[in-house]
Amino acid sequence: MTHFVEIARPKRAVELTIDGQKVKVPEGTTILDACKSLGTEIPTLCYLDTLHPVNVCRVCVVEVQNSRVLVPACSRKVEADMVVSTDSERVRHSRKMVLEFLASSVDLSTTPDVAGWLESYDCKPERYGPPAPDADAGERDALPTGHHEPPNADYAATVGQPVKVDNDLYVRDYGKCILCYKCVEACGTDYQNTFAIAVAGRGFDARISTELAVELPQSACVYCGNCIAVCPTGALMFKSEHDHREAGTWDESKQTQVSTICPYCGVGCTLELHVQDNEIVRVTSPLDHDITRGNLCIKGRFGWRFVQNRGPRPMGGPGNGDGQGPHGARAGGDAGRTGGNGAGDGHG
Amino acid sequence: MIFLWGANARENHPIFFHHVLKGINHGTRLYVVDPRRTSSAQWGDVWMGLNVGGDIALANAMAREIIHAGLANTEFIERATTGFEAYRDLVESYTLDVAERITGVPAEVIREAAHTYARADRAIICWTLGITEHHNATDNVLALINLSLVTGHVGRYGSGLNPLRGQNNVQGGGDMGAIPNRLVGFQEILDPDIRGRFDRAWNVTLQPNYGWTVTEMMAAMDRGELTSLFVIGENPAQSEADQHHAEKILSELDHLVVQDIFLTKTAQLADVVLPATASWCEAEGTVTNSERRVQRVRKALEPPGEARDELWIISQVARRLGKDWGTPNAEQVWEEIRTLAPDMFGGMSYHRLEELDGIQWPCPNEQDPGAQFLHGRLWAEPVGGPLAAFSLTEYEPPVETPDAEYPFTLTTGRRLDSYNTGVQTAGYTSPLRRGETLDLAPEDAQRLDIRTGDLVRITSRRGSIVAPARIDTGLRAGLVFMTLHFQDQVRVNLLTIDATDPRSGTAEFKACAVKVEPVRAPDEARSQATHRHSDPVLGD
Repeated sequence: MTHFVEIARPKRAVELTIDGQKVKVPEGTTILDACKSLGTEIPTLCYLDTLHPVNVCRVCVVEVQNSRVLVPACSRKVEADMVVSTDSERVRHSRKMVLEFLASSVDLSTTPDVAGWLESYDCKPERYGPPAPDADAGERDALPTGHHEPPNADYAATVGQPVKVDNDLYVRDYGKCILCYKCVEACGTDYQNTFAIAVAGRGFDARISTELAVELPQSACVYCGNCIAVCPTGALMFKSEHDHREAGTWDESKQTQVSTICPYCGVGCTLELHVQDNEIVRVTSPLDHDITRGNLCIKGRFGWRFVQNRGPRPMGGPGNGDGQGPHGARAGGDAGRTGGNGAGDGHG
Repeated sequence: MIFLWGANARENHPIFFHHVLKGINHGTRLYVVDPRRTSSAQWGDVWMGLNVGGDIALANAMAREIIHAGLANTEFIERATTGFEAYRDLVESYTLDVAERITGVPAEVIREAAHTYARADRAIICWTLGITEHHNATDNVLALINLSLVTGHVGRYGSGLNPLRGQNNVQGGGDMGAIPNRLVGFQEILDPDIRGRFDRAWNVTLQPNYGWTVTEMMAAMDRGELTSLFVIGENPAQSEADQHHAEKILSELDHLVVQDIFLTKTAQLADVVLPATASWCEAEGTVTNSERRVQRVRKALEPPGEARDELWIISQVARRLGKDWGTPNAEQVWEEIRTLAPDMFGGMSYHRLEELDGIQWPCPNEQDPGAQFLHGRLWAEPVGGPLAAFSLTEYEPPVETPDAEYPFTLTTGRRLDSYNTGVQTAGYTSPLRRGETLDLAPEDAQRLDIRTGDLVRITSRRGSIVAPARIDTGLRAGLVFMTLHFQDQVRVNLLTIDATDPRSGTAEFKACAVKVEPVRAPDEARSQATHRHSDPVLGD
């Protein structure tokens, strides 16, 4: 007995030209997706296909014939007979400026792909001068809107500041924040609807902030970590990952990823366990998973520690052993410490 | 339209609630039926704050209103159901005024909800333990089913009934036959043809008897009829209602074996403890979620110490009982399940489960994509299979209602960051966690001169505990709330009543009568509340 109900209307095909190549895509497709269908890569930072586009980073801009301004490929829908250039001089120049401004003011060391873009667009962020010293903790959070100080020409202004570590689950390193709004969207109407964070301040003082810049435990945050899941720069990071990086032990080449199902409620969220040295170091969920669309709750995102609190376990991932750990203390030996008693109970 | 009825999905099924929120942001109307104004209720267009246990009165009154207003789906009722006349007569006494008197929900709100539900193009009713943790749990569920039959909100895309499962494999446990009256795939154990198929496959003779539910087992242990127990991944010493009693009968067993990933309270009472793997990340297998989707769990970690794969443990126990099953892996066991319950799982190879990211049963063959919803047969021409029966569900108050000595109703539930008896969630530090509290309404707090943080003594006919108070504006006068997450510190299940629904075996965790008294000597109370452990609740 099978009942699948098709509720979307059929779509017309639209023909357009991208870099001299004709392509037909369904109406409503973005220029970005049309480019992908041709294998043309467009850099993006603030775009994610599970979030509404906010068009703030401008790194995906392309040139559309007869358009006065460059358009963001991630949100602009294709139109019939559109003529798009993705690599014109004007496009390259614009992307170069965007990337240089970002790289001169933000720590992009944990942003995937950006190093390659900086090179291919011939970016020279150092030409804006040496980076200004980091702000003190809380200094940027206290900046009053509308009272921006004139810049010091000896330095390139930056958003550098100490990492905010105010809980055991995740850290906020706003020296790495490019203000892409993804965290605000994931926390807001796109998914979580908790609205714990928003953009505060204006201009260069703009920053992601909790209400009145209070620490997370005093804020509305419910620690779903859906902001971490969408952050493109590593500004939001599992504390476990942050600690490993601080200790110099973070090594993605040693990590495996295994898909499984969350051990808590019956919704059935897929968890992607990132494992290094037989230890879970990070948990994500696939963006294309129907149930989660990449989102989890606090239990799914952070509630896995109990499996690691049961005494020593062999190093190395699965496949290295026979599934039967040869050494170590009896399982449950420190259950008293966790305050924990028992895997499950009757409450279903 | 969505009814969340006795469900706080915002906290207990947060990712399901994302989908509800998407609906709300696109104009879906959300009605939340809950004695507490929960974080889910705060998202509702309407919060129907009923008295604990008033669900059947509310449902019956809605049905009566729907029938009287001419909004019943008479065509559907005539074609696809039986027993409507008797049901119509039964609900006739549940006028809006009677329902208002029983439930405390204003008659006009009940009327409006009934009309909105009946007129909706698509409407679903979702429920959780607010419906099922009652002594008349099964009737509660049947009362909601009646509503769906009166309106025809069943068996169609976007319309139906949805019990939100509280554990990642509580559905799968039933699927696999880990219930007293069914074999794998919900096949009736009393049917000789079905039993014969299993007899031949397993080379045994199955007995044509129903087994016992956990609650029935507890009773049998109490009578001395059940003397040995093998517990896998369950903590009845702490999760059962009326904890003193549960501990006593577990301690008096001749032989208790516990297979678990922790040395639980129950395991501490055991003669033999078998350390097991965490099935969701240290072993291979499947679970079934709330929407009947069979999903793969996979091994990501080597287990610690001497913990062993549960399949291995069970095979070894079988060997010592004289049955050599070899050392089957999870996929081999699954292949046997596919053969023995082909109508349900026949089309679900591991390969397809992986490819389709889980499949919803029934899925009888490898061409079948799985079933998005059930009961579509009720709309077939002619109706496929048996007609759907209305049930005669009468309102019954909870077994214990407040009186002069115990003037409050205690209801229990869960919070966002914690889970059941807290075994797993105690393993991580949650900034949201504030430990156990006795939540009470501002009016009651004022009357008893209690402030948030004050210690209070909560006493039922079965036990007495101490916990800090917390004022919750989501509670109405006369109702107090506690969780079951911190049983080591505050043993809430000393208070709860083991009045049990005879058909489902569920105890009435949602309602017992208690009294609440301020404790004016904090030092003394602290030592009583903390027992053996240091207590984060009290700031030790």
